Amino acid sequence: MTQSVVVQVGQCGNQVGCRFWDLALREHAHVNKRGLYDEALSSFFRNVDLRKSDGGDCCVGGRIQHLKARAVLIDMEEGVVNGILQGPLREVFDSTQLLTDVSGSGNNWAVGHLTYGSAYREAIVNKLRKAAEHCDCLQCFFLIHSMGGGTGSGLGTRVLSLLEEEFPDVCRIVTAMYPSAEDDVITSPYNSVLAMRELTEHADCVLPVENQSLVDIVNKISVMSHGAKPGSVLRKDSTVTSGQGSLSPTEKPFDAMNNIVANLLLNITSSARFEGSLNMDLNEIAMNLVPFPRLHYLVPSLTPLYTLADVNIPTRRLDQMFSDAFSKDHQLIRADPKRSLYLACALMVRGNVQVSDLRRNIERLRPSLPFVSWNQEGWKTGLCSVPPVGHSHSLLALANNTCVKPTFMELRDRFTKLYRKKAHLHHYLDVDGMEQSIFSESLSSLSELIDEYHQLDATKARLIPDAPRLSIAR
Amino acid sequence: MSVVTVQLGQCGNQVGQELFDVISSDAQDGQRKTYSSVSRERFFRQTSQGDFEARAVLVDMEPKVINHSMNRAAKSGRWRYAEASHFSQKQGSGNNWANGFRVLGPRHRDAVEELVRREVEHCDVLAGFIPMMSVAGGTGSGVGTFVTQCLRDVYPSSFVLNHLTWPYGTGEVIVQNYNSVLTLAHLYQLSDALLVHENDAVHRICSQQLNLKQISFGDLNRVIAHQLAGVLQPALTPDSCGAYSGNPLGIDWQVRPPPASAGRTSSLTAGGFNASLANLLILRGKDVYSAETGGFEDPAIYTSWLPPAEALSLWKSPVPFDKYEKSATLVSNSQALLRPLDDMVRKAWNMFASRAYIHQYVKFGISEEDFLDSFTSLEQVISSYAQLQC
Repeated sequence: MTQSVVVQVGQCGNQVGCRFWDLALREHAHVNKRGLYDEALSSFFRNVDLRKSDGGDCCVGGRIQHLKARAVLIDMEEGVVNGILQGPLREVFDSTQLLTDVSGSGNNWAVGHLTYGSAYREAIVNKLRKAAEHCDCLQCFFLIHSMGGGTGSGLGTRVLSLLEEEFPDVCRIVTAMYPSAEDDVITSPYNSVLAMRELTEHADCVLPVENQSLVDIVNKISVMSHGAKPGSVLRKDSTVTSGQGSLSPTEKPFDAMNNIVANLLLNITSSARFEGSLNMDLNEIAMNLVPFPRLHYLVPSLTPLYTLADVNIPTRRLDQMFSDAFSKDHQLIRADPKRSLYLACALMVRGNVQVSDLRRNIERLRPSLPFVSWNQEGWKTGLCSVPPVGHSHSLLALANNTCVKPTFMELRDRFTKLYRKKAHLHHYLDVDGMEQSIFSESLSSLSELIDEYHQLDATKARLIPDAPRLSIAR
Repeated sequence: MSVVTVQLGQCGNQVGQELFDVISSDAQDGQRKTYSSVSRERFFRQTSQGDFEARAVLVDMEPKVINHSMNRAAKSGRWRYAEASHFSQKQGSGNNWANGFRVLGPRHRDAVEELVRREVEHCDVLAGFIPMMSVAGGTGSGVGTFVTQCLRDVYPSSFVLNHLTWPYGTGEVIVQNYNSVLTLAHLYQLSDALLVHENDAVHRICSQQLNLKQISFGDLNRVIAHQLAGVLQPALTPDSCGAYSGNPLGIDWQVRPPPASAGRTSSLTAGGFNASLANLLILRGKDVYSAETGGFEDPAIYTSWLPPAEALSLWKSPVPFDKYEKSATLVSNSQALLRPLDDMVRKAWNMFASRAYIHQYVKFGISEEDFLDSFTSLEQVISSYAQLQC
């Protein structure tokens, strides 16, 4: 079995990452009844025996001694990482996995990417190498960062290039948090567009997530749980928000949102970790969902929503779960995939679901979903037998769909509004190594990307005939 | 006569385990001594403690499925896989035929050949090999094709019968049509025969004939195993003089080419009836000797240039199979697969026309020329089958 390493960069990246580790531990604790360090656990955790002199890594098969996350935590401020080290997850990380500074990046991509990127290049590479060395067979790096700030966006994308340089054969999956239009960081469009170019050029897959979608989903869950019968029991051990386990107003608002993203990561790796009748490994995701190298933005949707919260709502019909996966309310970016064009779609199902359920739903939903002419049956499916904690089944859909185009176009508009007036540009150009050409190149890169999606969209209305077949001499 | 099975990838290993299970359970009935002992000799070997171990080599690029299959086998109490007969790696082929065929297959060639050699050495008389695989994924299809090539190289005079599972038409894997085209084009040159099960057809059997409401891959695999075992279990051939002496893989799959003649038209649905080149009918159980099989010799179902008496093979076994009082199995070399094959090629060709996903294959050493060669190969097969006429 393979291992993955999570690299969390910046405030947002570390908060989400933290939630992921919490959920992963709970999920494995629930499934792993005998306290043995098994292959599934080893995919994300090392088992360390602190008494051993050689640094302590134990092999698969023995008892769990001390689990350490396969992670590298990077932040140019100390607040979030220190919070993690004082919280319940402190045992799961050790100091060699952390890289912090004190002054932050000032919401400036150039500071993150160029200043800190150069200053800490060697340190970062060393920590990544260390993490990789602890792995038997490293399959994937999961990079988590926001797009709108300075550290996550700037340093995060620098780390992405380093990953490509140092580990070219290891898959790079980036979970990128995009700011909403009402983001209070004025320069977030600059940071996002500068980072986008890096993602387009250096990532294998990007899972874009919009803050606003997360807010909407959290509100939906809240409405659902208040609408539930009185006396509903709040589930004790399901994969949930931090410790408190309720959606009370005293809870930190971002916890619930970060939870959703953490669940995304949990579900995307479930088939690689656990058994099932149709496995879907991480390297199969890029293979099946990326038809052209740059078009690797995959829109995630998670259903049922109540698996993302602690509430005890009776299981709705299985088929409803499939329908929901395609509804715009469940997408993690604000987009309606049904109104755009599907290039490819993956369905990762967990729990007690059989291939006939899968087939029935694909046949039922297919007529309402526009697929590109050369991929009319573009479905990649996976069945994992282990459901998320406390629930009988769940579904993660990853869509390579042109519905990302409006999101990117909006981003470009917000960028252009600022760039036209050269607003705040000097903050960036003052940074050593930063040039205006980087701005214009990033803008071009984004425009080209939008154009590629646009070309595909244009084929949507047209009836494309079958390509003429080779004719064979008789 | 013994058969060595090579189970490749998730599908090959899942179906293979079900196959050995059916065979072992069918052979268990003590009253049918000759049948049982021939069947056991064919598919199992006995350890010094009297346990039955499958004559199988299990190959996969990741370990989960092999572990699962080996555990399930051991749980049956009747048989198991030998401890050292499997090969797996840590990371799968990523549904990439090029990765399986050009990189992983060659990388692990020695290890796999060694496992096969050891199994062959345990056979008194080797009937041949059955590689079992799906055509849709990366390991079964890519590594499986490479392993088939190796078997051909190392054992040039042995039969190689590939059991292939074709995926549901509406995807399990998005690049399944590419993987299938590449596999079939290569296997056509390498293999003696390709025995095909389509998931769609097996699914229909489960829902319409077996009336299963919820169908799992396990259900599909058990139907496939049952049908495949129905072909491979001992049967009496017309010339075997009452003994199960025939090579179970030695079906006369060779079909003579048609005499040159003018004015042949081709059609994918030749009058709505699939013309047959050759058929093998296997009857098992009660009344096999009195069964009326004349219908299978009707010239109307055969292509015109082959006399039905030569085109039809009839095997019988008075021993009931898999608890069915009477059963019949038909293995047909006919136009039945023409439509599915044509659909597969059409979809793959449309995708190729836009060059979608090609970069993923080029990365591992399969070029656009390689694709074109495979397409050409299969168009020829389609053309040949389409020209058959009753």
